[in-house]
Amino acid sequence: MNETVPNTADVIVVGGGLVGMAVAYGLAKAGTNTLVLDQGDDAFRASRGNFGLVWVQGKGFDRLEYSRWTRSSARAWAGLAEGLRQETDVDVRLTQPGGFHMCFSDNELAERQARLAGMQAALGDYPFEMLDGADLKARLPGIGPKVVGASYTPMDGHVNPLKLLRALHAGARHHGATVVGRMPVTGIESAPGEFTVVTPERRFTAPRIVLAAGLGNRVLAEHVGLHAPVAPNRGQVLVSERVRPFLKYPTINVRQTDEGSVQFGDSMEEVGFNDLTTTDVLAKIAQRGVSTFPFLADVRMVRAWGALRVMSPDGYPIYQQSESHPGAFVVTCHSGVTLAAAHATRIAPWIRGGERPEELAVFAGERFLTGEVFSHAH
Amino acid sequence: MPTDSLFRRVDAEGARTVEVTFDDQPLSVPAGLTVAAALLLGGVRQFRTSPVGGGPRAPYCMMGVCFECLVEIDGVPSRQSCLIEVADGMRIRSQQGARDLPFPQPEAVVMEVQP
Repeated sequence: MNETVPNTADVIVVGGGLVGMAVAYGLAKAGTNTLVLDQGDDAFRASRGNFGLVWVQGKGFDRLEYSRWTRSSARAWAGLAEGLRQETDVDVRLTQPGGFHMCFSDNELAERQARLAGMQAALGDYPFEMLDGADLKARLPGIGPKVVGASYTPMDGHVNPLKLLRALHAGARHHGATVVGRMPVTGIESAPGEFTVVTPERRFTAPRIVLAAGLGNRVLAEHVGLHAPVAPNRGQVLVSERVRPFLKYPTINVRQTDEGSVQFGDSMEEVGFNDLTTTDVLAKIAQRGVSTFPFLADVRMVRAWGALRVMSPDGYPIYQQSESHPGAFVVTCHSGVTLAAAHATRIAPWIRGGERPEELAVFAGERFLTGEVFSHAH
Repeated sequence: MPTDSLFRRVDAEGARTVEVTFDDQPLSVPAGLTVAAALLLGGVRQFRTSPVGGGPRAPYCMMGVCFECLVEIDGVPSRQSCLIEVADGMRIRSQQGARDLPFPQPEAVVMEVQP
């Protein structure tokens, strides 16, 4: 344990993943004395298992505040990437060329069109195109015959998510934040105007705390009068050997990374705290990838992994300041990459005492206390 | 291609040899070796270049883990040469950068969307 780590800060962020570090980066950059407590490498880390999409299209079709929030983040992303590059020398390899959502049946294509048209009618500025098989083949010559069409929007992009996590750590430190690893938070004690965050080794106090502990938020939130019933949702990912660049656009199930490897994955499973892989799901992911781009059939896969999404009952984030414990915030979502820019530029000012971003009124955790049965649509 | 190998065989003097090529250069190597061992014995110092940084690469682990020894064998790219036994007539090529795909490179298309 580093003795130079302070016991107090203006804000303590619990969680050093993409969500916590984006908030901490924004806080530190604005001049807030910020301390991040990170659990350690035994944690379930969605930040190290995700697909790297900065994805807008189709998100929030039944909750338009989420569409607006997502879009605002996508728009702020170039500024985030450029700031990180200048401050940390890490290029997170952001590109936002627009993305494709492939459809494998006429029904799927029709549903896709209806969803995006509905969003465009409600939101106004929401550009998209529906492409039939021939249109798509003109855009992506390697597309396979099983793909009957796709939606394209110019709003989507992707990054290298591992470089992003590293850059946010470096950027937060650059602006004076302290980040402490192997510091699992086991409890939070509250006194007027002050929170004490308890770990097995030490205690830390601050007038404000941000719970960004991913799946750990479920338990921690209860300590400060917040409700964050998040649960794990497993995604499995296959990654190939590096191949020559063939696809600059992200798609919902296949993307080529900045260094040439190809990621495949679009699975969702409710299997509890199990982040292992299974052959049947990986086989389906591979089949869907090869159906999308048949020429990848002979490309070798070099790794596969599972990771746990942090999913609320309706799939949407939870952003809230505690009413019973003012100064305690919960920030939890399953799109830590896409929303990183919003977290750094819009959540951080709220934590510092500014107005809550206007889209976020509907994302309080109490919505899950009504007895309504939710299903998430992501 | 250097011929002053850093390695030498310690067994089987006079063992059977097979003829292979490495980047079109003929090479006579002992039968029974892996491609990686045979190339190292033959004095090959560089098997490929890194797809990211372009730096030179050669076998490291010799047991199928590190993927540093990738070469093209008989037209198939990215083979792990430390796991494959040499065979007579084998055509081995060093691999420059990332492997190619059996697919014509897409031409850049300008995307324009009417909102």
